[in-house]
Amino acid sequence: MADLRTNLAGINSPNPFWLASAPPTNSGYQIMKAFDAGWGGAVWKTLGVPVVNVSSRYGAVNYRDKRMVGFNNIELITDRPLKDNLREISEVKKRFPDHAVIASLMVETKEEWHQIVRDVENAGADGIELNFGCPHGMCERGMGSAVGQEPKVLQMIVEWVKEVAKVPVITKLTPNISDITRPARAARAGGSDAISLINTIQSIVGVDIDQFVPYPIVDGKSTNGGYCGPAVKPIALNMVKNCAQHPDVNLPISGIGGVENWRDAVEFILLGATSVQVCTAVMHFGFGIIRDLKSGLERYMDEKGFATLDDFRGKALPNVKHWEDLNLKYKVTASINESKCIGCQLCYTACEDGAHQAIALSSDPANRIPSIIDENCVGCNLCSLVCPVEDCITMERRDDGTEHLTWGERTAAGNIPKGFNDELAGGLHHWVPEPAEALVKKKPRHYKG
Amino acid sequence: MSEYKKPTTEAEFAANFHPKKPLMSDTEAYYESSRCLYCYDAPCINACPTGIDIPLFIRQINDGNKEGAAKTIYESNWFGHACGNVCPTEELCEGACVYNNSDVKPIEIGRLQAHATDQVIRSKKKLFRTGKDTGKTVAVIGAGPAGISAACELRMLGHAVDVYEAKAQPSGLCVYGVAPYKLTNEEAVEEVAYLQDQFGFNLHYNKPVSGRADFENLEEVYDAIFIGIGLGGTSTLGIPGEDKKGVMGALEFVEVLRNKHHATPVGKKVIVLGGGNTAMDAASESCRMGAESVIIAYRRGPEEMGAYSFEFDLAKKSGAKALFNVTPVEVLGNGSVTGVKFIRNRSANGKLEPIASSEFVEPCDMVLLGTGQGKQVELLKEVSGLALDQKGRIVVNEHFQTTNTKYFTAGDAMNGGVEVVNAAAEAKKAAHGIHSFLKGK
Ligand SMILES: Cc1cc2nc3c(=O)[nH]c(=O)nc-3n(C[C@H](O)[C@H](O)[C@H](O)COP(=O)(O)OP(=O)(O)OC[C@H]3O[C@@H](n4cnc5c(N)ncnc54)[C@H](O)[C@@H]3O)c2cc1C
Ligand SMILES: Cc1cc2nc3c(=O)[nH]c(=O)nc-3n(C[C@H](O)[C@H](O)[C@H](O)COP(=O)(O)O)c2cc1C
Ligand code: SF4
Ligand code: SF4
Ligand code: SF4
Repeated sequence: MADLRTNLAGINSPNPFWLASAPPTNSGYQIMKAFDAGWGGAVWKTLGVPVVNVSSRYGAVNYRDKRMVGFNNIELITDRPLKDNLREISEVKKRFPDHAVIASLMVETKEEWHQIVRDVENAGADGIELNFGCPHGMCERGMGSAVGQEPKVLQMIVEWVKEVAKVPVITKLTPNISDITRPARAARAGGSDAISLINTIQSIVGVDIDQFVPYPIVDGKSTNGGYCGPAVKPIALNMVKNCAQHPDVNLPISGIGGVENWRDAVEFILLGATSVQVCTAVMHFGFGIIRDLKSGLERYMDEKGFATLDDFRGKALPNVKHWEDLNLKYKVTASINESKCIGCQLCYTACEDGAHQAIALSSDPANRIPSIIDENCVGCNLCSLVCPVEDCITMERRDDGTEHLTWGERTAAGNIPKGFNDELAGGLHHWVPEPAEALVKKKPRHYKG
Repeated sequence: MSEYKKPTTEAEFAANFHPKKPLMSDTEAYYESSRCLYCYDAPCINACPTGIDIPLFIRQINDGNKEGAAKTIYESNWFGHACGNVCPTEELCEGACVYNNSDVKPIEIGRLQAHATDQVIRSKKKLFRTGKDTGKTVAVIGAGPAGISAACELRMLGHAVDVYEAKAQPSGLCVYGVAPYKLTNEEAVEEVAYLQDQFGFNLHYNKPVSGRADFENLEEVYDAIFIGIGLGGTSTLGIPGEDKKGVMGALEFVEVLRNKHHATPVGKKVIVLGGGNTAMDAASESCRMGAESVIIAYRRGPEEMGAYSFEFDLAKKSGAKALFNVTPVEVLGNGSVTGVKFIRNRSANGKLEPIASSEFVEPCDMVLLGTGQGKQVELLKEVSGLALDQKGRIVVNEHFQTTNTKYFTAGDAMNGGVEVVNAAAEAKKAAHGIHSFLKGK
């Protein structure tokens, strides 16, 4: 049986699934309920000087019938007094001594930092997370992402905290920066024991086109919020990878951003994360999703023969290369499984209008199964991505695997296109129809105009 | 045995005749429209006789542009709402949906269509502007799907239109033919009112065109005439006893049912003669009216029935039983019908052969003739130079122009009786035929 126990820079938890600092960790009540349901850890809703929140706080991006594929908020840190939170931290720790309770903190002055670090440690917190991420509300006051975007300031505050902290310190990074490894390196320089990322991305999720106000609307006005949910996972994965690969960062990582199921968690771990944190998925479906997260991760590990999380942590990292190190000799083309094809012709129109005119329709209108024109197919994958049938279009390898040549190697050999009309242009000998052929092509009968 | 109790109130009637395709809520429409794949050159479009751009209107429903969706539908089909409810979608668009190829439920195109059009009918939103006045006038005979569709399209093209309708209500068989669980009278009439409000054609009710004088009058006043009179009453069988009390045409039965609802008299033991869709409807309807037994009697085997298999299934589900390979030879009874005498057939080389001394009597107290509608041959003979084919259908060229060049036609009167959607498709084309004809004048 897979062992899910997790140790992030000395913070232990029964599994790698933590609740991120957010509304699900507002209170001891919620965290006890979550631990009871099976969550391994929780990062308390950020503590500091309590705030006053606005009413109407969230906005969402829905994709067709899927609600909340992206989620944004204009909430601030906790609005509850510190003493209530501290009392509840103690209660939770008493009842769940083996679960990780991490206090997320955000204050201004050195004195405040020292004070609050001591307070949460006395209450029993297993670790501290420094919130340098909030992209709205707090940064205007010189906190949150205003700190996260200034590596020097970030480092200074980490140093303040480390002056007094006895428990491990995690620095939470904002993605609203062009090179995530800069604040990550500053965190390390300041003595941080770990990093967590990503916090939310500055965003406007949509605009009410009748009232002319972005969402969420507060009395006819709005403000930018922080974006999260499944839509941000790709950005988070890339940033986690960047930090995990950078030799000067070299810190344990708690991965955050769009984790909803066990597969997402596996992906973060494969790119170097030690634990993962979840917010939106819990806000959407409740604490109960932990059952799927745990059972899916266990099954995956058993199937792969991984006894512990360490067995596969970072296992995908060696396979993430720079573009110039990819093999230009590798060649795949699309292949349609005719027995699975349902004849929607989405692949046809995608390739025809959006790629390389490498898919043909039958001249017999009764036969709706398209066919790949192998010599035109550049192997971009598009058709296989739009096909609505599982495993109907597959990408088949066409080269014999004996040749290997990268852009880097070609550059070194001087074998790359240099002029605008260079003979070495990659697409020079690809077939492209004459422009005017577009106008004589047969159109479906309902295309008008 | 039928599972339905005889309805005695309007509420009980409504329960027994619960819509087959209930109107979708916004939520259901949102989820269902999300499933559409937006196929290229979509097979559903090509299966629709009016060629509605189905993936487009479904996408418009999905992205919150229901008016746009309704417009897309009406651009191709002026009976968009009725069709969403009454079309045999299993045989048309939904039957062609690519999801069928992966054993996934096809998109509910008909119900989505009814949903989108319902929104604009309810809000009375005008989506179209009539064409610039051409100064030409067209008479339309019959306010059924064919006549009304022609009128709308002619108004789009700028011609003035007067519609002459024999009955007191518009919509033709949509009001007195189609089964009540497909479309209510109100829905049918409201759609026509919505169209009339938008297109401003004149509707004259209780104005049957009934003879040569009437036709000549119209020819004098109008630049062109569109015939949309559909078919006639149920044809007789030509067997003894057909005039007994309790024997009636299936079509005439539906007409009473559509208007009198639960007050429609129905027998306890009903025999429906015929194997077409009208026979299946009459059987389903008799069951829902609480008949104790309903038997569909058909001369040939089940595979040769003209009815769609889903209509036969519906009749069976409603409680009807079927007798195959039997020919009625006499309706029995003393004043009122008491039974039908049948003889069994076998078919030899496609021909029916009665089996000697195989007669039997099936008792009943009502007989519904699903034997098809006759053509209005006598009336049409009054139009000078109007040719009919052997089956009594009006002969047309590719512009739906008849052999009397001033007359155009579409719908059941021309095609011999198909579906509402065919009438709508043809009438639209016929209006363009009229337009070219008038431009040439
Ligand atoms: C029982 C039954 C059930 C059906 N069910 C379905 C169904 O579920 N789905 C479907 O798509 N189709 C169905 N149909 C077929 C469909 O109703 C017809 O194909 C369609 O209505 C044809 O339209 P139309 O305008 O040509 O004729 P009709 O609908 O018959 O309209 C003709 C109109 O002309 C009027 N008229 C006739 N003579 C004159 C005259 N001399 N002067 C003035 N006005 C006149 C009539 O009163 C009527 O209003 C059904 C038909 C029947 C009989
Ligand atoms: C395959 C692909 C190639 C792209 N190439 C370019 C490019 O050459 N130049 C550019 O400015 N943006 C490029 N983009 C980015 C797009 O212009 C656009 O900014 C981005 O996809 C976001 O828009 P979307 O969410 O609608 O896709 C590319 C996007 C895709 C998907
Ligand atoms: S892989 Fe790309 S180029 Fe090849 S057929 Fe598919 S869409 Fe076209
Ligand atoms: S996208 Fe897939 S299912 Fe659709 S036509 Fe292409 S191969 Fe067939
Ligand atoms: S065939 Fe089905 S999935 Fe494809 S466009 Fe039509 S309704 Fe949508």
